[in-house]
Amino acid sequence: MEPILEVSHLSVRFGNVAILSDVNFQVSKGDSLAIIGPNGAGKTVLLRALIGSIPFEGNIRWATGVRIGYVPQKLGLERDIPLTGADFLRARTALAGTPAARVSEILDLVGVHAAVAQQPIGTMSGGQFQRLLVAFALVGNPNVLLLDEPTAGVDEQGQERLNELVHRLQKEQGLTVLFISHELSVVYRYAANVLCLSRVKACLGVPREILTPELLDQIYGSHMEYHVHDS
Amino acid sequence: MTAETLVLSIAMAVAAGLVGSFAVMRRMALAADPLSHVALPGIGIALALHIHPLFGAVAALFFGALMVWAVEGRARAATETVIGVVFSAALAVGSLMTTGENLIDALFGGAGPLKWPEVVFGLVAASAITGFIITQRNRLVVMLVSPEVARTSGIEVRLLNLLYLETFALTIALGLRYLGVLLMGALIIVPAATAKRLARNLRGMLWLAVGFSVFATVLGSLIASWFHRETGPLIVVVAASVFFISLLRA
Repeated sequence: MEPILEVSHLSVRFGNVAILSDVNFQVSKGDSLAIIGPNGAGKTVLLRALIGSIPFEGNIRWATGVRIGYVPQKLGLERDIPLTGADFLRARTALAGTPAARVSEILDLVGVHAAVAQQPIGTMSGGQFQRLLVAFALVGNPNVLLLDEPTAGVDEQGQERLNELVHRLQKEQGLTVLFISHELSVVYRYAANVLCLSRVKACLGVPREILTPELLDQIYGSHMEYHVHDS
Repeated sequence: MTAETLVLSIAMAVAAGLVGSFAVMRRMALAADPLSHVALPGIGIALALHIHPLFGAVAALFFGALMVWAVEGRARAATETVIGVVFSAALAVGSLMTTGENLIDALFGGAGPLKWPEVVFGLVAASAITGFIITQRNRLVVMLVSPEVARTSGIEVRLLNLLYLETFALTIALGLRYLGVLLMGALIIVPAATAKRLARNLRGMLWLAVGFSVFATVLGSLIASWFHRETGPLIVVVAASVFFISLLRA
């Protein structure tokens, strides 16, 4: 499968501190890559470098025609502002030149009821809001989705729905998905490949090769346990 | 109150309501005050050079906004500390440079009858501010979600931030005559903060913020002319009263 993303010798520094050093990997079209590693390993920084929002050294080469949808972990806003889900989606569709009718299609796709989208975002549950953010990312008709811990702060049932949604989008729409996760069982279940980042080493491989107790001990510096859900 | 004063003050209030809506949603409420203080040394320099104080204020505010933008762009910089220290120092230096009645006018607004160049500047600036917020509202909303999302939506995040800050600075300049260096920040923030409490969507937020801002400006100006008091403080008292009344709504 032809690569949609090639990263070579990527390094990012904040002042004198090296956050990422000599990271190399590539992602094939339609692939699902999980990015794992302990806090501070530079997972979010990697995604920010991939979209060009921070300076970096090395090469990041996206295939031509790539359209990226980004689902952030941290929001720049407080949830108490009086904006509705529909306000956000309308703003995004207006910029993308997407027909307004597409909004209801996307809301259906992510499972957010139209009435919920009319509520101020502060009244939505964590799961509803995260699905709204996925909807937001889908408005630009992306072929690549970058998700930064999309299920953080969502209850277990909501996490399951969100993971299934992203997986379904990947399969049905042929999206390439790069996602950060601390849930190793989710990584095992949904990722074709795993990129691990840590202060000690970076590694890349299929989940069965990477998610071994020995390697996880090296990456996280402590014993990690996870449960494999065979699908 | 003359017709041109009324028109100009309403245009200023509309601009303040619109700019303030995004300032409140962007959590810039506390930055409004110190940034407005930077106008004072500009006024002082302009008076010393015998040019119109408004030019000095606009130039100082332009550089003040540029400075906030530059500091924001540096990772790990303590933006609020820098803004607090630099702009409080600006207030002190400006107070030394501007004296007597000029200082009182600069701090609280209200300097003699309006001249036509001021009316023209005010109307052009208010139209530019209103036009900017209305045409850029979708980009500003997307930027509220996160800078990364804005970037992947094709928005030049740094440029839009700079333009917004300069628009904010121009709004402060617009209100200096009525409210002065110390109070203009309040007209930008207080009506928008009230609207934020009551609105249920973006359209409601913008309309309510503009409505409360115009209401406070017109009523404050009328009370000031009836009782021969300074306009600026009364505008802020009315705006703050509306805010406190809004607190009654749970």
